[in-house]
Amino acid sequence: MPAVSKGDGMRGLAVFISDIRNCKSKEAEIKRINKELANIRSKFKGDKALDGYSKKKYVCKLLFIFLLGHDIDFGHMEAVNLLSSNRYTEKQIGYLFISVLVNSNSELIRLINNGIKNDLASRNPTFMNLALHCIANVGSREMAEAFTADIPKILVAGDTMDSVKQSAALCLLRLNRTSPDLVPMGEWTSRVVHLLNDQHLGVVTAATSLITTLAQKNPEEFKTSVSLAVSRLSRIVTSASTDLQDYTYYFVPAPWLSVKLLRLLQCYPPPEEGAVRGRLTECLETILNKAQEPPKSKKVQHSNAKNAVLFEAISLIIHHDSEPNLLVRACNQLGQFLQHRETNLRYLALESMCTLASSEFSHEAVKTHIETVINALKTERDVSVRQRAVDLLYAMCDRSNAQQIVAEMLNYLETADYSIREEIYAVDYTWYVDTILNLIRIAGDYVSEEVWYRVIQIVINRDDVQGYSAKTVFEALQAPACHENLVKVGGYILGEFGNLIAGDPRSSPLIQFNLLHSKFHLCSVPTRALLLSTYIKFVNLFPEIKATIQDVLRSDSQLRNADVELQQRAVEYLRLSCIASTDILSTPSTSTDLLGLGLAPVLNSVAPASAGGSLLVDVFSDNSPAVASLAHTAEENFSSPRIGSADVVSDDPAAAVHDADELVNKFVCKNNGVLFENQLMQIGLKSEFRQNLGEYNSRTKQVDPAVDGGAQVQQILNIECVSDFMEAPILNIQFRYGGALQNMSVKLPVTLNKFFQPTEMTSQDFFQRWKQLSIEQQHSLTVSCKSFCFIIDSPQQEVQKIFKAKHPMDTEVTKAKIIGFGVALLDMVDPNPSNFTGAGVIHTKNIQVGCLLRLEPNTQAQVRGVFIFQFYSRVLEICVCVCHIYIYIY
Amino acid sequence: MIGGLFIYNHKGEVLISRVYRDDIGRNAVDAFRVNVIHARQQVRSPVTNIARTSFFHVKRSNIWLAAVTKQNVNAAMVFEFLYKMCDVMTAYFGKISEENIKNNFVLIYELLDEILDFGYPQNSETGALKTFITQQGIKSQTKEEQSQITSQVTGQIGWRREGIKYRRNELFLDVLESVNLLMSPQGQVLSAHVSGRVVMKSYLSGMPECKFGMNDKIVIDKQGKGTADETSKSDLGGSGKQSIAIDDCTFHQCVRLSKFDSERSISFIPPDGEYELMRYRTTKDIILPFRVIPLVREVGRTKLEVKVVIKSNFKPSLLAQKIEVRIPTPLNTSGVQVICMKGKAKYKASENAIVWKIKRMAGMKESQISAEIELLPTNDKKKWARPPISMNFEVPFAPSGLKVRYLKVFEPKLNYSDHDVIKWVRYIGRSGIYETRC
Repeated sequence: MPAVSKGDGMRGLAVFISDIRNCKSKEAEIKRINKELANIRSKFKGDKALDGYSKKKYVCKLLFIFLLGHDIDFGHMEAVNLLSSNRYTEKQIGYLFISVLVNSNSELIRLINNGIKNDLASRNPTFMNLALHCIANVGSREMAEAFTADIPKILVAGDTMDSVKQSAALCLLRLNRTSPDLVPMGEWTSRVVHLLNDQHLGVVTAATSLITTLAQKNPEEFKTSVSLAVSRLSRIVTSASTDLQDYTYYFVPAPWLSVKLLRLLQCYPPPEEGAVRGRLTECLETILNKAQEPPKSKKVQHSNAKNAVLFEAISLIIHHDSEPNLLVRACNQLGQFLQHRETNLRYLALESMCTLASSEFSHEAVKTHIETVINALKTERDVSVRQRAVDLLYAMCDRSNAQQIVAEMLNYLETADYSIREEIYAVDYTWYVDTILNLIRIAGDYVSEEVWYRVIQIVINRDDVQGYSAKTVFEALQAPACHENLVKVGGYILGEFGNLIAGDPRSSPLIQFNLLHSKFHLCSVPTRALLLSTYIKFVNLFPEIKATIQDVLRSDSQLRNADVELQQRAVEYLRLSCIASTDILSTPSTSTDLLGLGLAPVLNSVAPASAGGSLLVDVFSDNSPAVASLAHTAEENFSSPRIGSADVVSDDPAAAVHDADELVNKFVCKNNGVLFENQLMQIGLKSEFRQNLGEYNSRTKQVDPAVDGGAQVQQILNIECVSDFMEAPILNIQFRYGGALQNMSVKLPVTLNKFFQPTEMTSQDFFQRWKQLSIEQQHSLTVSCKSFCFIIDSPQQEVQKIFKAKHPMDTEVTKAKIIGFGVALLDMVDPNPSNFTGAGVIHTKNIQVGCLLRLEPNTQAQVRGVFIFQFYSRVLEICVCVCHIYIYIY
Repeated sequence: MIGGLFIYNHKGEVLISRVYRDDIGRNAVDAFRVNVIHARQQVRSPVTNIARTSFFHVKRSNIWLAAVTKQNVNAAMVFEFLYKMCDVMTAYFGKISEENIKNNFVLIYELLDEILDFGYPQNSETGALKTFITQQGIKSQTKEEQSQITSQVTGQIGWRREGIKYRRNELFLDVLESVNLLMSPQGQVLSAHVSGRVVMKSYLSGMPECKFGMNDKIVIDKQGKGTADETSKSDLGGSGKQSIAIDDCTFHQCVRLSKFDSERSISFIPPDGEYELMRYRTTKDIILPFRVIPLVREVGRTKLEVKVVIKSNFKPSLLAQKIEVRIPTPLNTSGVQVICMKGKAKYKASENAIVWKIKRMAGMKESQISAEIELLPTNDKKKWARPPISMNFEVPFAPSGLKVRYLKVFEPKLNYSDHDVIKWVRYIGRSGIYETRC
């Protein structure tokens, strides 16, 4: 070590740092730094030569200022000058500055390299170490180019000091990591291996790291290291904890070196030489034995170090997979850890067991722990550990315990359905898809509908697993007998993403189709219906097999199927495929329509099943906004997803609602039209309603040509009516236009009457029901509301409303309005031909309510006439709602 | 409305914390410290929104005052309140410093209770507050005194109590203006405006009614038709301009706004002591007291020559004071030599600028400084951004051209007339951000 000179204190630097620390505000600090920088600049100006001490001091100050977060753009030259100093401290500061501040493309790099070269050649171990550290810290390609030839020489030279060897090994390792192509192999490699025999454990540790990395690249060259490593390991393992002095860590002899040696051995197969092999087995046994010994210290560091060695030993045992005895012992050891207090240990034990389970020798041994693992699954609080437990259960599953495990898994899945958070899936969707598909394959009967819905949900929403799952499903379907649920999943996924694997000749479109169709006849009606949908998707995806599909659809078993639903689908799909030209079919709208139709039941059947849909948010919260918001509004009357698209992002309910009641009312009887329009955008709307489900297909059009002129964005909203409601849902649109954030809210024209299903009935029926309902009228109460009054009859079924028509009464117009309103217009039912009658059923998720309607125009009373609107239904709220809506039309 | 009010020291420690509403939790205190006081980037906006909570802050030396709210409040109102709060504190215990705040924290809480009620600002008139929030402990007040305070605080004229009596009725009126300018190197005005204040100190007996008149363009034009000769005669200033166009103005609460709206006359019953009568802003026909002519020459990579001439542009009889010119230097300056004929100039490394100070300078004069700046060559290829040369000064006239035409005092009850009042008027024009690009 160099002599400590008097200048080591660097008083100026200490004063400067304490000044900075005493600054009360940021401004004061900046002022102080500016002052110091100006001072250093004036000193570096070059008028008079600086001595080494002040140079070092100023460079040090610059370094400090840089580390405070300020830019330093000078002083490099002075730092490089410091490299040529003979004082250790000056050189050290120079190297420090260079490794922190000099970027690789600096013009000074040549000078720096020169300085380093001089130091490497200096034979002074301290300087050599500094130079090596600098190379490793910078680690740039230029450095590698300049020094990869020299460092191995230093490393293997006989007269190099231990500490330098250590640094050289680590430096070479670093260069090998940054630019592996530059590190030359040569005769030095064999000599490096012999470093494993070095007296100095530090050198051995550094060399082991280097050899492990290099051996992974070309194992042949370092093959000789195995026996050396084994002997070194055995020496460490058998040594008493006091033998190794500095390298004993909390009573564990050289844990890092042991771990590294064990890692190195994992690069190679089990040694063939009997002696070496025996010695290694002995070592591993000793390590396992040591694990059984009572701990020498209560400190956590002791157990950590011990367990690190143990786990590495177990991975080596698993890697070798040749000693049944050891494997079983390892397994038992892990079994002990399964119940350990330490979560990390449990996690590691589960993980290692997972690999152990795949070994033929230890599989049985692992199976003995099944109860513990299942217990862990049930009681563990840490999700990642639970996930490992599931993994392990899957790995240990075989014929003998399949029933138990699958039952447990299912059990678990059911609880997981409600409790597990998104991370489980977010971590590994592929795993999830795999597991579920396996589940369906193994125990299809146990799998409820929700499970496969969820698989599809995940696949649809995760781009990265679509191709994979298509492939997996395709492979799974190859099995001669598959469960119907698997066919469903397969049909759905292939229909959507079959194109992703169509490139492979083994899974060409035709093969995919044939595979699915081979299952068709074995399936129940709903599955067949789903498969038919898949076929029409295939027509879109693969026009080349259109003819085949049309043939199938045309066959009598389809077109004349006894089941109406199948028949209808077959006929419709056949027509669709014949009429529609390829470009219509391939327009995105068609495919999304199909997707939407297929998806709607999935969404809606998952949502109610999962207690208010909150699960969906948990599991799929990173998915499309449509799904996310489904659950968001589920607590309200209906679920209405919001629009989200490229530049139309939804949110912020605080925005003011555009009072577009006029517009909205327009839609009471209409399903298509322009919902909203201003200078910026136009929102068009197309809607379809089936019972309690609605689908909106809104087109957003950028009217301003400057921004994506006239581009249309389409968004499908699925709506479910849960119960009666008065207020229409609000659609919030947020987008950026000309830099300014625009917010608009539009009422979606969803009114209760949209969920009407018209019912035809005869005059007799109509009046029978009418009377039946009105017979119960006993007393009436009158509720007056601002402008109109309801006469509500107890038991609260009828709403009668008299209102003035805003427009002249016209029979045809009125008829059209009633039909548009959603009810069936019953012609010739009422004895008075001028009266209108209608009937319909309102479908909500909870109830279905039949409604009867009678409209009695009274032309005499007013110029425009008065309508007497009578409305019957079992539920008062619905009456009021409908009446409300109806009055809007007039 | 304001949900809470916090005062922090420079380290972000809370000195005063007063929460008025439940929606502000304790974590709001930390949120402000973390996101504003200790923010990695300096926060320049006085309004910060953190997790749907808005923080409005002002900084006085090292003290941060932050008003917090969850509601959509009028930001201008909140800042007005914060400024008022600063004024009140200054009036009570002088400079706002950590020391003073710690020493007076009881008083501050008392004040906060009085001037902010459930987050709604109340009477913040120092004169009125001082009658019932005193630092001298609780002095037992008589019933009459108490009822007087109540009637005054709740009455129509909350800013002045009755029965004030002075032997000498005196009145001081200061027109304080700050002129802001950004000029191109060629001398083109890129932007300029004057923001001014009329500050009064009144020591008048009774409840006097005052009327303030100035050369507001609208008023002058209205009168101007009949008395054109008179107004031209009354023009005494150096500007040679008769009336000024005021862009916008705000008044002390004592001014009767209805009268201002209908007749544009400013009449009021003044508070006792010092107060700010009005604030205004003008942008047209500004008299720029100084002109800065910069000349920067780069000589090679290591040298820079700077020459700056300043010209005073007002009547020679007037004297400008406290003139300071700040000439920024490049970031790699390693040495500076300055020569100036007048005043003192010094290179201040901590601010990266040459600061040139002149004590006094008469109008229509010219002065010059030249500096040689040595530069250290750096690896950095970035060019120096050349920040503008800024200037500070104080002149004894109003750069906007505002003139006080009259200030009449009527006190019908006490029988002293306008002539008996001694009135003092003073104009001070200061520099705001007065910059010239170079």
